[in-house]
Amino acid sequence: MAALSEEQSILKDQASSWVETQLPVQKFREFRNSNSDGGFDPEAWSAMVDMGWTGILVGENYGGSDLGYLTFGLILEQLGRQLCASPLFASAYVGATAINLGGSDAQKQHWLPKIVDGSEILTLAVDEESRHQRSHTACTATAADGGYVLNGAKTFVLEGMSATTLIVAAATADGSVQLFLVPADSAGVTRQPMQTIDSRDYARLSLTDVAVTADAHLGAMYGDSLYNTVLDRACAGVAMEMLGVGCYSFEMTLDYLKTRKQFGKVIGSFQALGHRAAELYSAQEMARSCAEAGVIAIDQGADDEAAMSALSKAKTGEFLFDMSNQLIQIHGGIGMTDEFDAGLYLKRARVLETTYGNQAMHRDRYATLLGF
Amino acid sequence: MENASQLQSFREDVKGWVAANFPASLAGVDLAGLAGGESGARASDEVKAGMETWRQRLAEKGWGAPTWPVEFGGAGLSDREADVIGEEIHQAGAYNPIPHMTGMGVTMVGPTLLEYGTDEQKARHLKGIASGEIRWCLGLSEPNAGSDLASLSTKAEDQGDYFALNGQKVWTSGAHISQWCGALVRTDSDAGKRDGISFVMLPMQQDGVETRPIRLISGVSPFCETYFTDARAEKGDLLGNLNDGWSVVKRLLQHERQSQTGGRGVSMVDAEPLHVKAQRFVGVDDSGALADRDLRQRLVRNYMDATAHRLTAQRITDEAAGRVEVSAAASILKNSNTRVAQGKAELALEIMGSQGIGWSGDDFAEDELGIVREWLSGKAMSIYGGSYEVQNNIISKHVLGLPETTQKG
Repeated sequence: MAALSEEQSILKDQASSWVETQLPVQKFREFRNSNSDGGFDPEAWSAMVDMGWTGILVGENYGGSDLGYLTFGLILEQLGRQLCASPLFASAYVGATAINLGGSDAQKQHWLPKIVDGSEILTLAVDEESRHQRSHTACTATAADGGYVLNGAKTFVLEGMSATTLIVAAATADGSVQLFLVPADSAGVTRQPMQTIDSRDYARLSLTDVAVTADAHLGAMYGDSLYNTVLDRACAGVAMEMLGVGCYSFEMTLDYLKTRKQFGKVIGSFQALGHRAAELYSAQEMARSCAEAGVIAIDQGADDEAAMSALSKAKTGEFLFDMSNQLIQIHGGIGMTDEFDAGLYLKRARVLETTYGNQAMHRDRYATLLGF
Repeated sequence: MENASQLQSFREDVKGWVAANFPASLAGVDLAGLAGGESGARASDEVKAGMETWRQRLAEKGWGAPTWPVEFGGAGLSDREADVIGEEIHQAGAYNPIPHMTGMGVTMVGPTLLEYGTDEQKARHLKGIASGEIRWCLGLSEPNAGSDLASLSTKAEDQGDYFALNGQKVWTSGAHISQWCGALVRTDSDAGKRDGISFVMLPMQQDGVETRPIRLISGVSPFCETYFTDARAEKGDLLGNLNDGWSVVKRLLQHERQSQTGGRGVSMVDAEPLHVKAQRFVGVDDSGALADRDLRQRLVRNYMDATAHRLTAQRITDEAAGRVEVSAAASILKNSNTRVAQGKAELALEIMGSQGIGWSGDDFAEDELGIVREWLSGKAMSIYGGSYEVQNNIISKHVLGLPETTQKG
């Protein structure tokens, strides 16, 4: 992995041991089986708040630690390894990114401390169709009475039922797509849970004549670029979680290759499987380089931040797609059972693949950014 | 000296030196081709003289092998500093011909000699390599010992103060133009397959050595069949211990993989970015995207794979943090470099259509012909230095700790 500062190493080790001991995948399974409301365990969430993870992207003057995207990414990777469910990514990564990039001083003063202390859960509401795309937004924001009125519908909103504030992407009169902070309990907002394969919290939203004040409008001066940059950074974060899901899937598979016996030998002694493991491991190393490069590019303010984000989502996606399929295949019959964890990883893998654009979309975006 | 500002001032010094010393007569000349010995004969006298001057100047600085100790012809520099030299020479449009001129000398024989050689062997052999004056080949593979190298049968018999070699080697790079050879030979036929092998060094200019160039699918003959008939290797030129040649060659092959993990070679395929070539041959649609969408997706995949390879090589260097170690990562990088390079060449051919299937003649531009030859010669990348499959064996066994998958003798 990337060379880390001492502070980053400490935080990463802390996250790794906390996740393994406090929130292993069995906890997620128990939670799924309990049919509880909401997509996550509230105790685990408040522990994350107490550990300061919600403040990693927030400046010290707003109560955060400002440790940056690579640091946050390392934690997302650890959470991915055990399929930990929480609104950390939606609120403290994507939400904080939107406020940091687009917020006025007053908006930052209002929202960032609430993200840090967990009293607000923000989430981005962008998708309107079944396939993520950025070129068309039907949801509208019309200026009225010194504020705006929003109309439209959104789907696949992460932590959509738990969120307290929705960051809604809507087209304005000048044709650009802008972001609006909409309290989830506003008049005219209705939301319904979507039941997805990964048993997390997603919602379908409808916005009917939802009135918001002018201070709900984020980054008016940036046109479409705020919307695009927030999505780019979100993708780099998803890639880090995908890396964790994929690496843990690889470790489970490698362990099985070394212990499962057939024909009197461990199955990892068969060359077909040894080579498959070698290919997956090589793909994992390439994926790690790309995922880390995505968040590092943000921290460095690199010119090619958008391209690196597309690279990170596409290459990590490619690895996780193959890895999650081989996780099932190499485990054979046991991999098909609900009792074994492999299925949970496969399901989470496909949801993450779909989140904010699949591999093909990001390859297309990469080509466009490179000028062909 | 490793901190950033010292490295930067070192870089400035290198830049100034290259600007002052790279002969003007060599500007724009295909030095890689010249140094490889393929097109050397066609070069003008002026270019040949410039090349010799440039070699001498680099050799005096110890920059033929910058990381080697000064006493053996190197400059005693760190890997980072050596990288800086390579980068600045490349930046200036120049080329360091010495590694190329020594065949396997700088990349493989030298580093192995530094590790396994006696003081006397180092003193005798290393300077000639670092200066680019002595070209080395390696006699490893045999007709029946390719991926299964340890099944080799070339014999070396103890004749008192020398070994007498008998047998045939194949794929000996540049054997017909080399002065010295490092050969893997069987010194104990009764021992286990990997236990009776030794590594010896011998001069190529002797009666018992005969070389026959092999013509390849790309039309060139960089490799030979090499026949030993009572060829003589002095006892003093046994590298490592008797019957311990397998350890020596494993190390040698690690250095080989390291040298094949993606250097800054001069490549026809790289001369014009593939997407620009595609825009030229294939055209674009109304949105400005390549008209062939299927090609476009595959092109992006290749670009992404190339970036992933570069980032991984960089990450591994950063993680090693100055530790000089030929890590297991070399197998991963060799395979990814191969995949990217072969994929790139295939895409270039596809993009050029019928201009991408020319062999010779005026119907085809020089760069088009060059790309076709490079596509053909590049097929060797997944075969030499331990094939793609052998690298995967190494990853599965040595990196992942899976059981041995091949049969041992």
